[in-house]
Amino acid sequence: MKMNFKNTFLVAVKAIMVNKGRSFLTMLGVIIGVSSVVLLTSIGTGLQAYISDQFADLGGSIIFVSPGNPFGEGGGFGGESAFIEGSKPLLKRTQFNQVLRENRDVIRDGVVSGLSTGEAKYRETTKRVTLYGVTASYKDVNKTAAIKGEWFTEAEESKGERVVMLGLSIADELFGNIDPVGKRLRIDSRTYTVKGVLEEEGGGFGGPSFDNYVYLPLETLFDDFNTELIDSFTFDAIDQESVEAAKAGVEETMLKFLDEDEFTVFDQTQLLETINSILGTLTVALGGIAAISLVVGGIGIMNIMLVSVTERTREIGLRKALGATPSQILFQFLIESALLSVLGGLIGLGIAYLGSLGLQAFFPARVTMGAVMLAFGVSAAVGVIFGVAPARRAARLSPIEALRYE
Amino acid sequence: MSRTVLEFKNVSKIYEVGTQTIKALDGVSLKVKQGEFLSVMGPSGSGKSTFLQVASILATPTSGKIVINGKDTTKYDEVARARLRNKEIGFVFQTFNLLPKTSALENVALPLVYAGVDEETRLKKAKKILEQLGLGDRLNNGPAQLSGGQQQRVAIARALVNDPSIIFADEPTGNLDSKSGKEVEKILKQLNKDGKTIIMVTHESDVAQIAKRHITMVDGNITK
Repeated sequence: MKMNFKNTFLVAVKAIMVNKGRSFLTMLGVIIGVSSVVLLTSIGTGLQAYISDQFADLGGSIIFVSPGNPFGEGGGFGGESAFIEGSKPLLKRTQFNQVLRENRDVIRDGVVSGLSTGEAKYRETTKRVTLYGVTASYKDVNKTAAIKGEWFTEAEESKGERVVMLGLSIADELFGNIDPVGKRLRIDSRTYTVKGVLEEEGGGFGGPSFDNYVYLPLETLFDDFNTELIDSFTFDAIDQESVEAAKAGVEETMLKFLDEDEFTVFDQTQLLETINSILGTLTVALGGIAAISLVVGGIGIMNIMLVSVTERTREIGLRKALGATPSQILFQFLIESALLSVLGGLIGLGIAYLGSLGLQAFFPARVTMGAVMLAFGVSAAVGVIFGVAPARRAARLSPIEALRYE
Repeated sequence: MSRTVLEFKNVSKIYEVGTQTIKALDGVSLKVKQGEFLSVMGPSGSGKSTFLQVASILATPTSGKIVINGKDTTKYDEVARARLRNKEIGFVFQTFNLLPKTSALENVALPLVYAGVDEETRLKKAKKILEQLGLGDRLNNGPAQLSGGQQQRVAIARALVNDPSIIFADEPTGNLDSKSGKEVEKILKQLNKDGKTIIMVTHESDVAQIAKRHITMVDGNITK
């Protein structure tokens, strides 16, 4: 019996080899299905991994205070509406100072930041830029070093000096090959001295990248751009273990100034979880769409196998006349379709691997073992499931009619 | 006294076609002994093809008993019949029925696949028989690269490879030119001389002459 199964298996392999062209076309559906499932999910998981890495870079001890509730309904990350509404500034520097004072035991430092936009001009180059007003401690809390020049000082910040730091990309766009340090940059109607250029930060979570920001002292932003809106407080806990205690402390102090629903305290884990859940859904959706093509590929196999059974009626009749039992014929065709889809699955995985290498030039794609196993397993299952109908038809053929005896 | 390899006991085969009932075999009884060469003749519709199908247990009779090499096949299911065909029966068809795009060697070895023989032994046996039939230089050619006569010789080799008790030949020269036809006749005669039992259906009386015993069928009955 064991020998018989091996023989049947080899018969199926030969049948595939004899019709190479048709076998390849049959596999095409599965090839496309498997490669798109693996590739599309690799985009989703790659993004997740990339973002996790970005957070890890920040150290994992950062706590944010945002006005309103960016995680709430209609919130998302564009939660600005919560504090611009009514133009009433919810966060104030006095609050920040008090949080720092009251939580010295768990919080090392913090940053107050505000946002605005302006038109930056250097010689003939003009760019609309995001202005990020921060306190001088930004460089320590966010661990962002200057690769050229140096950060503005606390004194410059508190005096509201007209100095700026440039993100890496914006420095390149505005100044090109010229070293921007010490140069004068016009933003709207005022002139600022470029103190330095920052190292590459990346990120921005799909929004503008930090590398496109122009950083300036918070006081300067308030004075020159006629705003007193604080976008957020960032606190750096003493270590990762103190994050929870620090969050509680920040919350306690903030509640002295604001109602519970007027601000949100969150840390990177929460932010990461939210992003991950969004990306997770995206990955599943992409994978689901691709999985449909796998099923279509399976139907393609079934169609070709049904045609193949009709086409090979005489062969089936002959095999039966020469002693093939119905189950041997059934298995021959079942193995044939399973092999076709498994082979298609393997080729699809190969293509997905090459594709992901190509994608990585533009995008942090990451192929996971789970996606590979799933795509491959489904493709094999598809081959068996859609192979049953043609195989049964073949097994049931009468040898006489198949040989067109009469 | 040689033993009986095929016995028909009052065998009938009735087809229902629409409202019509066709008695393709009408109570046929017959004994074929080991080493016989039997020709079955008759006009078309006489039941000779049905005789061949039932005798080679491709089809089951409506009533009666068929005994092959001492085995009563009446209660055999499809699997048992497939096994018995594989072991006891060799087929030579009018249209050769070789697998396309498959070498002569593998075509001949096909019955051994279903006998559960390993590949090495299969190919060794197939090669030996093809060489005996003068096709030693054609082992790896597919049917498309062989003449009609060569194809039929490959088919005969396939019928012989599992050393069956009976060889059924259905118009074995019907698709061949006269020269190739004569070659095939010669081979069949030689096989019979070597002790093979052959049952051949033909409508050409000069082909039937190579057999030693002749029966003619009319309306589902043996007339002589």
